[in-house]
Amino acid sequence: MNALDAEDAVRFASSLLTEPGARVTSGTTLPLHTDEHVVGVRKLVREHALALKLSLVEQTKLVTAASELARNTIKYGGGGMVLAQVLDSGLRQGLRLVFADDGPGIADISQALRDGYTSGGGMGLGLGGAKRLVDEFDIDSRSGEGTAVAIVKWKK
Amino acid sequence: MERIPILRIGDLLLVSIQVDMHDRLAMTLQDDLTERIVSDRAKGVLIDISSLDLVDSFIGRMISNTAAMARVLDAQTVLVGMQPAVAITLVELGLTLPGVKTALNVEKGMVMLGKR
Repeated sequence: MNALDAEDAVRFASSLLTEPGARVTSGTTLPLHTDEHVVGVRKLVREHALALKLSLVEQTKLVTAASELARNTIKYGGGGMVLAQVLDSGLRQGLRLVFADDGPGIADISQALRDGYTSGGGMGLGLGGAKRLVDEFDIDSRSGEGTAVAIVKWKK
Repeated sequence: MERIPILRIGDLLLVSIQVDMHDRLAMTLQDDLTERIVSDRAKGVLIDISSLDLVDSFIGRMISNTAAMARVLDAQTVLVGMQPAVAITLVELGLTLPGVKTALNVEKGMVMLGKR
């Protein structure tokens, strides 16, 4: 099953606001269906963050944001995938992560971004919290079709 | 099944989390700890996270819940060894772990529990 697939994620990723002319220098995708996959995403993002020479605090923020979003994809989206892309704008490098699922979608995105709001047993910090931990954040969700969340962290 | 070991020192329980925990493993630890508090008649729980380079909202919630459960079972919990980068990220995420006592390391945590 991969109705909302890598192609959709890539299309969404390229529509995200980033520095004009930023090139994608590499891309990796991972499936997101089980608890272990979340751990796999943390590991992949940590490796990229190290390669970008992000500071320890920035690494930790990025990996934590990825962990929250990966869990959301599984828990609320019913599973999906993550795409990790290294960006190069000529001036700086960054990492873009796109989390995509083909779940029920989010009815009210601004509500979902609010701290303390949860539709299912969590603490309601995942989405809004993840947004605070990164440089760029974008979300696209369609009822009955799925949700894609993209984040970017730049090397300062 | 994968488990995080719980050590007993006198009337304290010590857990040192050394692996990147997936959610099920975190829940298993919470269950194991509450059971051990009762079966070992423990008065204190030390959770050492000095090896953890990430505490996200799920792990944070597990720690908060474990401390709350321990409290109603007449045991105190002290969280020790949090890395500075993890602390910065946790607070920015919006998690301040209310009700969880903290100490810089295991030794200081043990002193804290001994003074109760």
